[in-house]
Amino acid sequence: MKAGVIVFPGSNCDRDMAVAFEKAGADVQMIWHKDSSLPSGLDVLGVPGGFSFGDYLRCGAIAAQSPICRAVVDFAGKGGHILGVCNGFQVLTETGLLPGALMRNSNLKFICKNVELTVATDDSAFTSGYERGAQITVPVAHHDGNYVIDQDGLSRLRDEDRIAFTYASNPNGSVADIAGVLSENRRVLGMMPHPERRVEAAHGGEDGAAMFRGLIDALVPA
Amino acid sequence: MMKARVHVMLKAGVLDPQGEAVRHALGALGFDQVGGVRQGKVIDLEVDASSEEAARASVTEMCEKLLANTVIEKYDIEISAA
Repeated sequence: MKAGVIVFPGSNCDRDMAVAFEKAGADVQMIWHKDSSLPSGLDVLGVPGGFSFGDYLRCGAIAAQSPICRAVVDFAGKGGHILGVCNGFQVLTETGLLPGALMRNSNLKFICKNVELTVATDDSAFTSGYERGAQITVPVAHHDGNYVIDQDGLSRLRDEDRIAFTYASNPNGSVADIAGVLSENRRVLGMMPHPERRVEAAHGGEDGAAMFRGLIDALVPA
Repeated sequence: MMKARVHVMLKAGVLDPQGEAVRHALGALGFDQVGGVRQGKVIDLEVDASSEEAARASVTEMCEKLLANTVIEKYDIEISAA
C-alpha cells in the first residue's frame, strides 16, 4: 500500500504520521506543499498536525489554498482516502472536504493531554479496526479544536452516521462532543486527537494503531 | 488604486470564546456597563481596480475564497479612493 503525507511549512506531526503508516506496513512518501500533483498510485493521503503557515488568518486557511491542496481535493473527488489529524482536520474543513469549522477552545487554553474517545461508527476504512462503541485513549494537543456546525449540518452527520469519534469528557466545547467526522463518501476523516501518537507501547498505549492497520486491511486488494 | 477595508466577524449565534474572555476581563476591571463583547478582524487591502464596483466585486471574491470562513464568519467591505 502506498501512503503519502503532506508537509506544509509549520507541520510538526508529519514524521509521526509517516512512522505510523510505515509501522502498519505502508510505503510512505512525503509530499511538499508546493508540489501541484500527487505521486501516482497513492492509496491514502495523510494531512498532518502542526501549525501550517503559523496559523495565520485562521488555522489551516492558508494551507488550504496551497498548490498541493488542489490536488488533494481532486484526489478526494476521485474517491481517494484522506486522513486529516489536528491541523490536518482544520485544513480539510477549510478546503470544504469536510463540513463545519474548528474554533478556539471554549476555555481559551491550549489543551495537551490524553483523552478518552468513543468510536461512534465502525463503518469506514479508518474505524473498521475498532468495535463501534469502544473506548480508546488518544492524545490531543490543540488550541483550536472546538468543532462548530449548524443544527442542520449536525442532523445530517447524525442521520448519515458520519460522526467517527466523540469525546467521553468534552475538553474543548465541540458541538455534540464531536472529535472526528467523515465525509459523505466516508473516505475522508478529520479528527483533532492524534492516533499517530499512540501506535506503540513506548507511546504509553497503542490505541491508534488499529486505525492504520484497519486502513491497510481495508485498502489492500485481498 | 482603491482602498478596501474588510471587517470579519463571527456570525450571530456562533459563540465567541475570545469575546467572552474580554467581557469577563472588562467586568473584572469594573466596567459593569459592558453587556456583550464580540471580537473580529479588520483587514486593509490596496486593490488595483478601475471602479468602486470592480473593487467590491474582487474583494467579495477574496472574502469568499480566503479572508472569511463563511461557515462561521460574516464579512463587510468598505471601499474608498486611495
